[in-house]
Amino acid sequence: MITIVDYNAGNLRSVKRACDAVGIESVFTQDPDVVRKADRLIFPGVGAAASAMATVKAHSLDVALAEAKARGVPILGICIGAQIILESSEEDDTAAIGLIEGKAVRFRLEDPGLKVPHIGWNEVRVERPHPVLAGIEPGDEFYFVHSYFPKPKDPKRVYATADYGGSFCCALGQDNLFATQFHPEKSGPLGLALLQRFSKWDGSC
Amino acid sequence: MLSKRVISCLDVRNGKLAKSVRFVDTKDIGDPVEKAREYYRDGLDELVFYDITASSEDRGIMLDVVEKVAAEVFIPFSVGGGVRSVEDASQLRLAGAEKINVNSAAVKDPDLIARCSYAIGAQSVVLSMDVKRVDKTPQIPSGFEIVIQGGRKPMGIDAIEWAKRGEELGAGELVVNSIDADGTRDGYDIPLTRAIADVVGIPVIASGGAGKPEHLYDVLTEGHADAALVASMVHYGDYTVRSLKDYLKSRGIKVRMPRDLGQQGPVGTT
Repeated sequence: MITIVDYNAGNLRSVKRACDAVGIESVFTQDPDVVRKADRLIFPGVGAAASAMATVKAHSLDVALAEAKARGVPILGICIGAQIILESSEEDDTAAIGLIEGKAVRFRLEDPGLKVPHIGWNEVRVERPHPVLAGIEPGDEFYFVHSYFPKPKDPKRVYATADYGGSFCCALGQDNLFATQFHPEKSGPLGLALLQRFSKWDGSC
Repeated sequence: MLSKRVISCLDVRNGKLAKSVRFVDTKDIGDPVEKAREYYRDGLDELVFYDITASSEDRGIMLDVVEKVAAEVFIPFSVGGGVRSVEDASQLRLAGAEKINVNSAAVKDPDLIARCSYAIGAQSVVLSMDVKRVDKTPQIPSGFEIVIQGGRKPMGIDAIEWAKRGEELGAGELVVNSIDADGTRDGYDIPLTRAIADVVGIPVIASGGAGKPEHLYDVLTEGHADAALVASMVHYGDYTVRSLKDYLKSRGIKVRMPRDLGQQGPVGTT
């Protein structure tokens, strides 16, 4: 059973539909006690960092997520969920949850032909092996839609990168917490396979 | 590097697939959910559903189609036709659409773009524009005019200015549809697509006129488009999505080539 953290962040139902399609049971919750006690968590989201953080704090979900992380349960962050697990975001100068050291930064692109948001399918390059990324091969593409990306302080937290006017971190992790900037729930069979692997991951890497 | 996208547009009328030629003749050509599933399996990057009836009594039928597609097709898709309010947009998002498309309602009420963008995020708001070639005038200096009602009603707005305004108001992407080229299969309007793609900082999806794989190549290179929209050339079986991508790849365009995960691979459809 996967508990999907519900903080009015847009793509929650898409994540649940993707879980349903591959036979993973899931429930939504806004209740910090449920998050605290969950066996396995997905922390999804699209939208702006400031409004996401406001909702997270209003429901004390930041504290609950920190406790879940300390307890060692597997957690998967997606998109804005991969950004606000860091300490801060450049987007509206937002203080974030701080489960991993670093911050979310905006694309600064020199090539005027490259547009922001970065929308579409891009190749994900595995930099360090991780159980959730197992089976991803060179050339495999995932769906992205974002203007900011996670930049952990410690380069060892970076598990995968993609190229858009330079290399950027698109998957990061620390212990039982793993997160992707891309959307596995919108990335076809490869994305569903990633969710399946997450559903079986024991939280160690 | 970001791949160029191949997007297919499915016109839906009363829950059934329809395809227009120059926006007037429409005939039913099948079940939109079945077609979406087929293209998803074949490696399509994104889908657009256009509700061409879009009267209030049909809204429920369309939401039902959206929910069925969202349960089986795990690529982004947008829905347009009849989005006149933030409520319409939110309903479609909740039913499973990644993005919503606004068109004529935004021409009449430009602030609709800003309201939708604020409510669901710029990344989920696509501004579709129907464009017709006209003589250059002081009012339409580019010679590309915004039209509505399937091209029957000229709006006296220059398409280049409208594209820039749409971006400022908070659209995350643009669909540029040439009314002159739509349904002809003679190729996209390259000068139009390029003129818009060069003045905005958001992705441009070229639409109208695709009939041969070369047309996609031309609009993705010379036309500076980020994505190419196809309809009749795949709906009637002349080409498969896969064959279009094979062609583009052979010409050096970066496109997503889905990998066969074998029997064990989850595709999310049964």
